[in-house]
Amino acid sequence: MTLAQHSLALRAPQLMTTPPLLTMTGVSRRYGDVVALRDVSATVYPGEVLGIVGESGSGKSTLLRMMNLEDTPDAGDYRLALPDLPGNLFDLDRFARRMLCATRIGIVYQNPHLGLLMKHTSSGNVAERLLIAGERSFAALRGRAREALDASEFPLDRMDARPIELSGGMQQRVQLAKAIALEPVLLLLDEPTTGLDVSVQALVLDTLKRLQRDRAITMVIVSHDLGVIRTMADRVMVMRRGRVVEQGLADQIFQDPQHDYTQQLVHAKL
Amino acid sequence: MTIATLTKPWEAMSYGFLDASAKRELRRKMLKAIAVPGCQMPYASREVPMARGWGTGGLQVTLTLLRPSSVVKVIDQGADDSVNAASIRSFLSKVSGARETWDTLEATILQSRHRIPEERLRADQVLVLQVPNPEPLRPVEPNMSVARQMHADADYGRLWLILYEQIVRSGRVMQGAAYPSLVNGRHVMTPSPIPRWDVPKLHMAQHLTFLSAGREKRLYAVPPFTRVEPLVFSDVPFQVEDHAALTCHRSGLTGYFMNEIPQGDGGSQFELSDSNLGIKAIRQAEGADARIGPTWYENGKTS
Ligand SMILES: Nc1ncnc2c1ncn2[C@@H]1O[C@H](COP(=O)(O)OP(=O)(O)OP(=O)(O)O)[C@@H](O)[C@H]1O
Ligand SMILES: [Mg+2]
Repeated sequence: MTLAQHSLALRAPQLMTTPPLLTMTGVSRRYGDVVALRDVSATVYPGEVLGIVGESGSGKSTLLRMMNLEDTPDAGDYRLALPDLPGNLFDLDRFARRMLCATRIGIVYQNPHLGLLMKHTSSGNVAERLLIAGERSFAALRGRAREALDASEFPLDRMDARPIELSGGMQQRVQLAKAIALEPVLLLLDEPTTGLDVSVQALVLDTLKRLQRDRAITMVIVSHDLGVIRTMADRVMVMRRGRVVEQGLADQIFQDPQHDYTQQLVHAKL
Repeated sequence: MTIATLTKPWEAMSYGFLDASAKRELRRKMLKAIAVPGCQMPYASREVPMARGWGTGGLQVTLTLLRPSSVVKVIDQGADDSVNAASIRSFLSKVSGARETWDTLEATILQSRHRIPEERLRADQVLVLQVPNPEPLRPVEPNMSVARQMHADADYGRLWLILYEQIVRSGRVMQGAAYPSLVNGRHVMTPSPIPRWDVPKLHMAQHLTFLSAGREKRLYAVPPFTRVEPLVFSDVPFQVEDHAALTCHRSGLTGYFMNEIPQGDGGSQFELSDSNLGIKAIRQAEGADARIGPTWYENGKTS
């Protein structure tokens, strides 16, 4: 084999040659004595699903909150490859952050109370997103809320019920509809199926997979549950005590875990 | 011996009841309020001889504006003769020497609860509206410091969310009084509990309007020739109450905001809410000399 043939055979996969959508470097955050994040770096490529696993308190939710610009770290740099957004996103003011989060990033929280206005209707929750982006036509709000709920496989005959009256799985679907209503470039999912029973969990995961396939949304999904990460993620990041201890392609992590902690995690699961 | 021999005769502590420093503070806040139309300015609401919730906010603004040459009109739901309006008016006149009137055309300062008179106000008149709850975001955001941040960001989406849900539930916008309105394209305000009928009167008006809440310690203003736009959807137009075709059974006038008076037979009669307009119409019909000025609505439509 010639050298030229060699380099051809070793060319990086397509995914790796496009620049990453999300780049986070050296993010640290402490709360009093607790170090929630310690020099965390992450990259996510367009159309990819990054899974984050780790024990309770390892900083997964904190990292996701940083990605959603809800909190500012003590140090670190965060960029999204969007034409109108050069520079460190942590330097944006509150107003610019709010617009960016509302229009370009969608988030589903583990606790629906964090993500939904419980006193308002489900369709109204989705409409609120569209209102922030400046939609002022009633017919368009109604139509687009219906579309987003439908894409999240929410039963449309309940679209004007308040989330508080809905089941956990339905609440997660409302959160999802709200998150995708403005076709975000990045979808953040914090334990989207934890607390749901196994069959509902499978249905919600199906919906997520279908959305990912149809719209090629870039996702970051956090879960305790290795099964969830295994079905969803292309790449996995393992966190422990605020640090990233291991990362790699999902298959690689599950077949051949390197770090002690990851080995325990994978073996405990099997 | 009587008390009178032991005490000094009554005399005012200060012109216009409020002391000079209170008035100075209020004037500063009123100037600020004019400078940023529709933006709520906190102020140190003083004690006045009236319970909070009865128009103490409006009263303090009026007291600050009054001078001996002022002519003052006070209405409560459009009526000059309600107990509350009459006591406020006589108090104002007693502490300032201002003349009292019922006639909208004659007044230089008009303090009002829940209505704006039907006759057009002029550039030389000031309207003071009493406000029970100045925060339009309260129904969507109970935390007032968050609400202030929302004003700063012009983050008003949730107000449309309320309208959206009213239309979903009832097929139309149900908001009656205190219809949230965007002032000068920037701040959303509660125009006090005036009916929807009165909201267009604030838009590009010649007169200056102050809105003041004594209990909540907030005042805001709509300066002359300022845009006041009720929040609407682009495909659902703003509608005022359906009063254009109603006729006042006492004055015979048609095309103004009416009070409904239920009758024994289950039906109802209507009576002008702006009572002085009705009185002037009746006196005109009787041949007396009573002038009715140009009105905002003509034949039930804004002119
Ligand atoms: N706002 C905060 N104030 C104080 N401490 C915080 C705050 N947010 C997070 N922490 C701390 O940071 C650490 C990481 O928390 P985080 O919620 O990110 O963990 P997690 O990995 O999401 O855990 P879990 O799997 O239980 O959800 C915890 O020790 C937590 O107590
Ligand atoms: Mg968490």
